[in-house]
Amino acid sequence: MDSTRMSSKGAGNGSHGISSGASSGTPHIHRAGPRLNGTGPGLPGALPPSSKARGRARLNGKELAFKITLGLLCTFIFLIIIYPLYFIVIASFSDSTLVATGKVWLVPKNISFFGYQEIFKDMRIWTGYRNTVFYTLFGTLVNMLFTLPAAYVLSRREFRARKVIMFIFVVTMFFNGGLIPTYLLMKDLHLTNTIWVFIIPFCVNIFYLIIARTFFESSLPQELHEAAVMDGCSHFTFFFKVALPLSKAMISVIGLYYLVGHWNDFFTALIYIRNNNLQPLQIILRDILLSNQVFAGGAGTGGDAGGYAQRYADQIKYGVIIVSTLPILMIYPFIQKYFEKGVMIGSIKG
Amino acid sequence: MQTRKGLVHAVTRDYQLWIMILPAIIVILIFNYIPMYGIQLAFRDYDFSKGLTGGEWRGLAYFQQFIDSYLFTDLMRNTFLISLASIVLGFPAPIILALILNQIRRKKMKQLMQTTVYLPHFISVIVLVGMLNVLLSAETGVVGHLMKAVGLGHINLLASTGTFIPVYVLSDIWQHCGWNSIIYLAALSTVDPQLYDAARIDGASRWQTIRFVDIPALVPTIIILFILSMGNILSTGFEKIFLMQNSLNLPVSEVIATYVYKIGIVSSQFSLASAIGLFNTVINFIFLFAMNTISKRVSETSLF
Repeated sequence: MDSTRMSSKGAGNGSHGISSGASSGTPHIHRAGPRLNGTGPGLPGALPPSSKARGRARLNGKELAFKITLGLLCTFIFLIIIYPLYFIVIASFSDSTLVATGKVWLVPKNISFFGYQEIFKDMRIWTGYRNTVFYTLFGTLVNMLFTLPAAYVLSRREFRARKVIMFIFVVTMFFNGGLIPTYLLMKDLHLTNTIWVFIIPFCVNIFYLIIARTFFESSLPQELHEAAVMDGCSHFTFFFKVALPLSKAMISVIGLYYLVGHWNDFFTALIYIRNNNLQPLQIILRDILLSNQVFAGGAGTGGDAGGYAQRYADQIKYGVIIVSTLPILMIYPFIQKYFEKGVMIGSIKG
Repeated sequence: MQTRKGLVHAVTRDYQLWIMILPAIIVILIFNYIPMYGIQLAFRDYDFSKGLTGGEWRGLAYFQQFIDSYLFTDLMRNTFLISLASIVLGFPAPIILALILNQIRRKKMKQLMQTTVYLPHFISVIVLVGMLNVLLSAETGVVGHLMKAVGLGHINLLASTGTFIPVYVLSDIWQHCGWNSIIYLAALSTVDPQLYDAARIDGASRWQTIRFVDIPALVPTIIILFILSMGNILSTGFEKIFLMQNSLNLPVSEVIATYVYKIGIVSSQFSLASAIGLFNTVINFIFLFAMNTISKRVSETSLF
């Protein structure tokens, strides 16, 4: 019974899958319902001529195989992505000896918050956090201030220079000066070892600019602008009062991209920052996770402290991974509904 | 009167537009175009007192120095192998994933799967490599225990020359496959629903629908992205390789990008490093053009 329902639902529903993702919220089951009764093996009277009926019956078997394969594949993909993340969460507050000996698999054991206590005591992490939050918020703000107006201008068809400027911008996507000339430029401009190196250089990402431009082009009809101009509306007013409020989806998407970019940026600090007080979280993370400087006091490996360090180091590492990644992962679900839409706009037309 | 008013209006209009776009233009010119001008450093000595382009002209001497260096073949081989493995395994993965996700009929399920597969993309490179270190550790990692259980305990995944590329490529797929599938999902969502109806009426199974409707719909996107990825054949990501390097896997993990960093930023041989960087860019361009030309001939799809 179960299998019949599953398979014929799949067959009847085949055509609607694509449109469903984008448009109507009509549940598939309702649409599939009548056809389900019509073609189901239990009602031969409603079937098309016999050769087709055989085809359909064979098809149902195939459908079932397809469904099962699909289900298995999806489960596999889901688990392979989720399990490492899940494991890190449970390992971060399980007893570190049990984790190290492979006793912790599915549920946390001997819950201990030692790792988190150490993390909260560690001033390096807080300095890094403070710096990263500042660079991220301020940097994203500057990104938006530079990108959105430019994208708006490039979306205006009456702006004569737009083709030339677009070309100048797009060239930089395919060609750049490379690491060394850029580094020497930053030195000449005295941007190294300042907070500005996180904020100003490369504050316009051309790819995001194109997404924003395309969005403005498609979501602001020419007539709307003409009407606004009739009412004496300038470009400034139109941009702030009409264009921006109509583009919340795109703004949140691009904002998220920039935000994540700043939060995860480690290259900039690696190349341009030598001052410890300016180091962002990612550099601190590298010291802790990769260079094994787990404890704030600098206790590494070796001696009595070494055994102790070894035992707890991993727990701290698990905890640090969570503490540093959580903020980004927390915004993500809230913004996701916009965000897929935005990616679609960018990817189809960009 | 009318035209004059229009003209004045046009000037005010454009003046506001210029104000809005000027900051972006200035930033791009300074931070993207000045370094491009500075590429000539690859042909010059670097003279600290004379600035970026004041040193003596040396022609191709620094390129020669790089090609003659004993590291040249190793660097080229490593870079090619890592890129090639990334393309061979990493390129089809998001296509397959998109085809799978596209088959999920229940909206809630699809949403859940999409949220899940996009998630790892937001993890930073450092955290990812950190995760690899703790999870794959031979003594204490969960994968290490698993390997011991199946009798492969003697392999250290993180510090051997044989496993560096697989770990690098597979973790990359884990992290970015979902994200990269978005563009293919977008292409699939533009397929005319009538095609699916027609396929169903013709009695096509879902396998056949994938084979004869979905995949052909993806071909243009696939070709464009493939050309682009071939244009990056020598641009392996710097950050992840740099972070995954250790003294034991260095023979296979030293690539052009990391070498440029070490030669240029760490040991301040600016001209040599610029030359290596430029060499890399030029090869990428040759590949990009070659692929584009081939594709233009064969499939009439091309980037430019």
